[in-house]
Amino acid sequence: MNTFRVSKPGPLTTIQDQGRFGYAHLGLTEGGPMDKRSFALANRLVGNPVDAAALEITLGGLKLECLRDTAIAVTGAFCPFSINNQPKALWQSHPVRKGDVISIGFAALGVRAYLSVCGGLREASWFSSQATVIREGLGQALLKEQILDAEPCSLMPRFKLDYRAQPSLRKYAVMQFVPGYQWAAITEQEQQRILNCEFFVGKQNDRMGYRLEGEKINTQLPQLTSEGICIGAIQITGDGDPIILMRDRQTIGGYPKIGSVISSSLDTLAQLTQGARIRFEIINAEQSVQQYRQYCHDMEQRPLQTLHY
Amino acid sequence: MTINIASENSVILYLDDPTDPKNITRLKQINQAIQLSLGPDLTTSIPSYHSILVTFNALTTDHAQIIQKLNTLLNDIHHRPTPSLNNSQLVRLPVFYDATTGPDLPLIAEHHGIAIEDVITRHCMTIYQVYAIGFAPGFAYLGHVDEQIAMPRLTTPRATVPQGSVGIADRQTAIYPASSPGGWNIIGRCPSILFNPDADPVMPFNVGDRVQFMPINEQEYRYLGGEL
Repeated sequence: MNTFRVSKPGPLTTIQDQGRFGYAHLGLTEGGPMDKRSFALANRLVGNPVDAAALEITLGGLKLECLRDTAIAVTGAFCPFSINNQPKALWQSHPVRKGDVISIGFAALGVRAYLSVCGGLREASWFSSQATVIREGLGQALLKEQILDAEPCSLMPRFKLDYRAQPSLRKYAVMQFVPGYQWAAITEQEQQRILNCEFFVGKQNDRMGYRLEGEKINTQLPQLTSEGICIGAIQITGDGDPIILMRDRQTIGGYPKIGSVISSSLDTLAQLTQGARIRFEIINAEQSVQQYRQYCHDMEQRPLQTLHY
Repeated sequence: MTINIASENSVILYLDDPTDPKNITRLKQINQAIQLSLGPDLTTSIPSYHSILVTFNALTTDHAQIIQKLNTLLNDIHHRPTPSLNNSQLVRLPVFYDATTGPDLPLIAEHHGIAIEDVITRHCMTIYQVYAIGFAPGFAYLGHVDEQIAMPRLTTPRATVPQGSVGIADRQTAIYPASSPGGWNIIGRCPSILFNPDADPVMPFNVGDRVQFMPINEQEYRYLGGEL
């Protein structure tokens, strides 16, 4: 059903769902929300399954006109958010009526906001996913005047996430990573340097990867034969900068890698901008699986409060 | 065989000798066995040259279990013969080699001191193996081209390489399934659609298959749907 008309698309607003899994052997990346936690919670606030399609709003600047009655929620980056010029709270559901104007201003803290709609967006799908990957020609950034379709909404959701349960936005973060790939092939001295020094998010940061600046890492390893790259992989470029690979990463490549950042840290990283401070911390494979299970459980089960309005 | 941890939900398996010419058929055999053996625990597997990245569902299994299953499976396969390369699918693709479609033909000819015709003949002579698929959807790394036509990547990549362009980088060759920026030396253009999300299969070949190029003229190129 026609649900929104895009009045202002913002610098980069895309449709995302859980991502496109199982097609990496064809060279297709996963896509999906950069901050999966905020995305999942946005969906739950409007009564959707955690993986329903929603909007990822990079930096803000989005304006939508409602074409029918439904409910929405906005989470993630700290953006001014209003309906018909009335300021509204993030992290809770809001009923909207036909003709209402939804406005998301520019982010004061964080990078990516998520706008979910009751029932979920229903737009073009490729390889069983609506995830936009511009580089692969699968979908594109929202355009002015574009009409967005969503599933019908049967029950009006009334939920909010208590402020104490909202993910915090900061300007530094610890990236927990599982050492792997070529980690054991670099010197202990270099390993210690990676763990002890502080890095900064560089200006090259996007849906493909976050390039870090700071001390140069010397892996003393040659360029490798291209091999499979997973989400979160930390590759060390020829000039010694680490790049953390994100949702739209290329699927194979030949730079040495020292391991991979875990999902919950990637969500945190996705809200950081140029200049943010980063440290690396090791966790072993067993711990990482436990953390992953907890992370998924938390997205599904984090308690919501019922709103009375 | 070595298996390394890669992430919270993946491991990467390497064959012992990266230069063994049998690797790619071995890899295909192992990859098929992985898909059968891991079933729903497997999220995705990416074979490439002499490695396979195996991503699993960390809600239902973990690294230790996956590594154990892989070791059992590799042990089984070790006792079986490597399938002959001749049994893998051979895909023949038409290519229009010309100054208009292959702007770097003269460069390669000059670099090796051979005629442009020779470059084309040598490119068509070899049956290539698909070593990896990546960089872009449907982009297949084929190897190895004759040393007499090997060529380093362009120092400045082109902003746009047209769809179907056939390129050479070092001893690899590939076809650009869609127009994109690219730094490979372009020698011709293939009129066939190589990546179609709406078709089944989506691509005409997989890792481990074989590819050979056939030279065609402009008329044939146009007849097969090619555009200039």
